[in-house]
Amino acid sequence: MLRFILSRIGQTIAVLFTVSVIIFALMRMIPGDPVLMMLGEDFTQDAYQRLRAQLGFDRSIVTQYLLWLGNILTGDFGDSYLNHERVSRLVFDAFLPTLSLVVASVIVGILIALPSGLIAAMRKDSAWDYGSMGFAIVVYSMPSFWKGIILIWIGSVYLGWFPAMGYVHPWTDFWPAMWRLALPALTLGTFFSGLVARIIRSSLLEVLDQDYIKAARAKGVRQAALVYKHALSNALIPVVTVIGLQFGALLGGAVLTETVFNIPGMGRLTVSAILNRDYAVVQGTILVGVFAVVGVNLLVDLTYSFLNPKIRVT
Amino acid sequence: MARPFDADGRPLEPEVLALPAVASPPAAAVGPASGTGITRWWRRFARNKGAVFGLAVFVAVVVMAVFAGALAPYDPLAQGVGAPLQTPSLAHWAGTDSFGRDMLSRIIYGARIALAVGILAVLLALVVGVTLGLVAGYYGGVVDAVIMRVMDGLFAFPIIILAIAMMAVVGFGVKNLIIAVAVGFIAPFARVTRGDVLAVKEEPYIEAARLVGVGSLAIIFRHVLPNVLAPIIVQGALRVSGAIITEAGLSFLGLGPPPPTPVWGSMIAEGRNFIVMAPHVSTLPGVALMVTIVGLNLLGDGLRDTLDPRMRQ
Repeated sequence: MLRFILSRIGQTIAVLFTVSVIIFALMRMIPGDPVLMMLGEDFTQDAYQRLRAQLGFDRSIVTQYLLWLGNILTGDFGDSYLNHERVSRLVFDAFLPTLSLVVASVIVGILIALPSGLIAAMRKDSAWDYGSMGFAIVVYSMPSFWKGIILIWIGSVYLGWFPAMGYVHPWTDFWPAMWRLALPALTLGTFFSGLVARIIRSSLLEVLDQDYIKAARAKGVRQAALVYKHALSNALIPVVTVIGLQFGALLGGAVLTETVFNIPGMGRLTVSAILNRDYAVVQGTILVGVFAVVGVNLLVDLTYSFLNPKIRVT
Repeated sequence: MARPFDADGRPLEPEVLALPAVASPPAAAVGPASGTGITRWWRRFARNKGAVFGLAVFVAVVVMAVFAGALAPYDPLAQGVGAPLQTPSLAHWAGTDSFGRDMLSRIIYGARIALAVGILAVLLALVVGVTLGLVAGYYGGVVDAVIMRVMDGLFAFPIIILAIAMMAVVGFGVKNLIIAVAVGFIAPFARVTRGDVLAVKEEPYIEAARLVGVGSLAIIFRHVLPNVLAPIIVQGALRVSGAIITEAGLSFLGLGPPPPTPVWGSMIAEGRNFIVMAPHVSTLPGVALMVTIVGLNLLGDGLRDTLDPRMRQ
């Protein structure tokens, strides 16, 4: 078990290292001289050389990478070229709304997926099965930004039940925050539920086919009790993995959903930074986003190994 | 219990997890083996209603894109062909947008960018990823380690975020959009190809070719590649919908082709401002996008179930 944990942590560090090299390389490939960008219009050749040396651009590329990595590891992402705010501050402020949205979406997704996956598996090949799986495919295939607009149209324009836009931290004002988060979480949560419902259905069907279930059924355990007491806990294990696999997709979906609902999160920060050529911010948001995805995957793998001892041997 | 991890203990991609194809009977229910391979495959394929629907949608979208000039009732760029923000009517089946442009014509022309970017991005990713996977799998050792670690790194990026980062690097425009979308799809192709190459490499006929002195490149392209191509093509078909969604997402964020080019993603974004007065401006291009995606997903699932021998039950 310890070997499994250590090897997974080792793999994660290797991936994070590669990711940091990729992001460093991408940022260096961006056309344009960041020194010129920071100096603005009027500057002397002397000032140019001084800033260039100060930023370390006169050293070898490997030294530059190591300096850069050192800064990143101590949480120093540099300053925004645009308004000279700390990038770490900007990214942190933007990460919280995105995180609330992702967490709320996972909860909404599971609340929808669990009953529909269950009913599809228990009434296999019935109208319920086709209905809930058809629904799953449709909500999974709807682009999140378009689904968000449809939900605004129905939920706030037509019905007038929800505010169309805006964001409040759940820990400052819980109910108003939930109110504003409802449509965005439904947008992203239904995408997630589409996938999870399909996984729950297929893993439940597989578990229901196992010998211990047949034995329990032969002993006269009723179908409902069979599912809730014996099959469901085993069938839910793959769902943990899906959360890990889809965390990246959820984060990507959050980027688009935020734009629809004007949530001041990572997505809006990244896109506006790209349009303003504020590459220090772009680098910060992408680093934090990808590190979050890799971290969640590590957590999920470790959780999975606790839930399913079979995996630990590999 | 299906283990959603591959041999290296890495989680499998969602597409690889066995997902039930809705309303498709198991492929094992195929009748007596008769006719050529293609007719037998078609019989299997035609039995899968979802896949046939998907194929019909795909053909329709291709026809829309190719014959957009003949099918579109108006010039998609001409402003003021009707009053602005008109709801769907006989003259304008899908209404008009805020510039009084015909929405139906813009939706029809929009199929061009969607298909072109979707298919070309996947093709580009396929060529690059398959080459990297072939080289990594065939040579092994340090080459393999370096290539596959870079692929692991790329794989950690959410596709849309990698595409956004690439747009910052390569700049705007359709060609750059294709490159940005493609980068996110390279890693899966490299992984699948490498795995298949590792399996094929041990076959006696490869050993034989090496013994009689056939060069490495010739072995890779003449003997290894043809044997790993079928599952890779299936992978490609499965990825086109993802590439189209990514393109639409970028266009929605304003990182796609500049206006007034008719692009579904940007049309949806433009319509956001008129959601109260004229909801059709935003919703109808989305319908076209969604039907295309659902169709491609069903077609991809159908191809996977009927073509890839590993997926056949």
